[in-house]
Amino acid sequence: MNPEYETHEHDVLIIGAGGAGLRAAIEALAQGARVGVVCKSLLGKAHTVMAEGGIAAAMCNVDQADDWRTHFRDTMRGGKLLNNWRMAQLHALEAPDRVRELEQWGALFDRTESGEILQRAFGGHTFKRLCHVGDRTGLEMIRTLQDRGVHQGIDVYMECTVARLLKYGDHIAGAFAYWREQGRFVVFKAKAIIIATGGIGKAWKITSNSWEYTGDGMALAYHAGAELMDMEFVQFHPTGMVWPPGVQGILVTEAVRGEGGTLRNKNGERFMERYDPKKMELSTRDVVARAIYTEVREGRGTEHGGAFLDISHKPAEYVKRKLPSMYHQFLELADVDITKGPMEVGPTCHYVMGGIRVDAETAQTSVPGLFAAGEAAAGLHGANRLGGNSLSDLLVFGRRAGLAAAQHAKKTGTPTIDAGQVEQAERELLAPFDRADGESPYQIHHDLQDVMQTLVGIFRTEQDLRRALTEIEKLRARAARMRVEGSRLFNPGWHLSRDIQCMLTVSEACTHAALARRESRGAHSRLDYPKLDDAWGRKNNIIVKKGDAMALIERPVVEMPDDLKQILAEDT
Amino acid sequence: MAEATLQVFRGGPESGKPVDYRVPLVPGMVVLDALHSIQSHQAPDLAVRWNCKAGKCGSCSAEVNGRPRLTCKTRMDSLPLDQPITIFPMKAFPLIKDLVTNVSWNYKVNQKIPPFQPRPGVEWKMDQRDVDRVQEFRKCIECFLCQNVCHVLRDHARREEFGGPRFFVRVAGLEMHPLDGASRARLLRDELGIGLCNITKCCTEVCPEDIHITDNAIIPLKERVVDEFYDPLLMLVRKIRGAKTA
Repeated sequence: MNPEYETHEHDVLIIGAGGAGLRAAIEALAQGARVGVVCKSLLGKAHTVMAEGGIAAAMCNVDQADDWRTHFRDTMRGGKLLNNWRMAQLHALEAPDRVRELEQWGALFDRTESGEILQRAFGGHTFKRLCHVGDRTGLEMIRTLQDRGVHQGIDVYMECTVARLLKYGDHIAGAFAYWREQGRFVVFKAKAIIIATGGIGKAWKITSNSWEYTGDGMALAYHAGAELMDMEFVQFHPTGMVWPPGVQGILVTEAVRGEGGTLRNKNGERFMERYDPKKMELSTRDVVARAIYTEVREGRGTEHGGAFLDISHKPAEYVKRKLPSMYHQFLELADVDITKGPMEVGPTCHYVMGGIRVDAETAQTSVPGLFAAGEAAAGLHGANRLGGNSLSDLLVFGRRAGLAAAQHAKKTGTPTIDAGQVEQAERELLAPFDRADGESPYQIHHDLQDVMQTLVGIFRTEQDLRRALTEIEKLRARAARMRVEGSRLFNPGWHLSRDIQCMLTVSEACTHAALARRESRGAHSRLDYPKLDDAWGRKNNIIVKKGDAMALIERPVVEMPDDLKQILAEDT
Repeated sequence: MAEATLQVFRGGPESGKPVDYRVPLVPGMVVLDALHSIQSHQAPDLAVRWNCKAGKCGSCSAEVNGRPRLTCKTRMDSLPLDQPITIFPMKAFPLIKDLVTNVSWNYKVNQKIPPFQPRPGVEWKMDQRDVDRVQEFRKCIECFLCQNVCHVLRDHARREEFGGPRFFVRVAGLEMHPLDGASRARLLRDELGIGLCNITKCCTEVCPEDIHITDNAIIPLKERVVDEFYDPLLMLVRKIRGAKTA
């Protein structure tokens, strides 16, 4: 190995500095581990900052009748029972403590009349359950965790991208990364690694996700031998901005509907009556997204191909207080005053339920020493995630991953780095500079987004999915010949050339799994198989690397104990 | 299709110059979209920071036609398009490349600030009215535009002795937290140099979150420092009691 490499050593290395990564870091540190956090952006800019609506936790501050059982039942039903039951149980049980902890670290939630944390209604939740701060809950959460973590003593490596996980035999040994600023390489030695890199939305054209969401952690884990699960389940948030084109896909929080916003088509009909008359606008996201998409496809959409979302029947001051960033977002970007008239909204790629398969208690993957939490991990949300269950997921399983990784590190010796793996990773990273000619990574990214948007979107068919696989194969061949211009100094083109490889891997995994699942369940809708199929309800699709190829295997959904089955059977 | 000309600073700390790019206009386009269009079609190595493109993360700060802005919230159609739009990096921070500056100093300042310390035995109940006051400060997205325009930092580069508006907002959020029990007055006076601020309100003007930085954060904090260290009556009381100042 090149002795010139900058090298750092940690007991626990965490990749990603969003809610899950930071919560994991705080916990691992509390266990006495030496903790490092690597993140692609500056600290505090991770995707968690964009979460708006709130954190779901059965605190019972507003609705006394709520409890963990109801939260568990809502989560499982929302996920169409494909969830890992134990994760859903732990999540519902532990979320309230995780929220209280945030408050004790300085977070300031909106209050009830009696001074408790206020909770609001959200899609698929039986009771008012979302602890929130107006419509900027994610910012409050990340700032709280960031300050807590920094003051407890985590080392943060900002604007640093991990390109490969390093192994010693079967065990995790570290990671190879580059500094975005100078383009220099860096080696991290670690006894345990936690992947907390979030999702994959940047592979789609219309998305609420930032440039960071390129499936890095899932691709890294896949290449290191871990299993990916439920990759066919991609959540399209029902309400993204649709006009003007420059802002297409930007998220419009579900809190608009939680606060009483209504959806109408161009004929003024409250169309949710036809799709879910009981829950109406507060149905689950998969249902509302399909409803809006169907209205538009059948010619009842708005001028710019969306639906009208209206909150203007509420007092203007109330709207500005409860939804301040939505108010400003529409006023400044779309010239719409939401206190006076409706917004135009349509589905936007938002979240992936699938990810790295983990053990429910410890968040450990099938690779010894490798853990995963948050959106990068699979299991909690099954076939569809409820709004508000993501922030609580980050806290509950971020903490569990930090705990288990620190304990794992205590019984693990100092790892040895294999120079061959490092050299290979370096060669692959630098190859696009060496080519005399070749395509720009931006063009390939653009084309991949077109493929995923049109062929692996809300409604899917066998024909489209097969075509998508062929197209992804072609894109992979083009990516092998792409060329990067300029130097290694803060070069976004170069950074993208590596992110594309991750996006191709997760796109292929998603398409394979979507093709295999011949039914419609949660966020996965097949026009050629429009119904739930009980046999498929008992199986998770697993993607694993076999040689150089991607293999798909089925695993039975973990059987639920009888007492929990009982809870599920009860009506609310 | 209508086009605009963007004059974007290209280069590093040693050498650099503005370079003109023609960009096709799209309805509703913001400056960040135009920069992305340049990256995709003309200059793939153009260095720009960004994340959410929705005004929530505070990554894409730059100086647009001389005015510090979030490029994701600056509409192209709000700018005079008959002349080139200049886009320069924030001036108050050391340049890395193109529009990207080294803002690491801010993270070091933050580390000096003692975190939230709940008073012993507090009951975790708060009135919304008390919370409102602090939530204004908690809106900060750390875009550092206020730091960029503060003349103490921009013109006098007194980074060693001054914390800057962002961190007065941060301290105000802690000091006015209804359940916090710590005092950060000495820190404000000695390490964050709040006395150097002469309340010209430049920070308040550029804040994309409309935080009343000067009126609601800095001035009340200055008053706290005065109360703590310079109140003649309190000084007398302390002298009689033989107590040390905070």
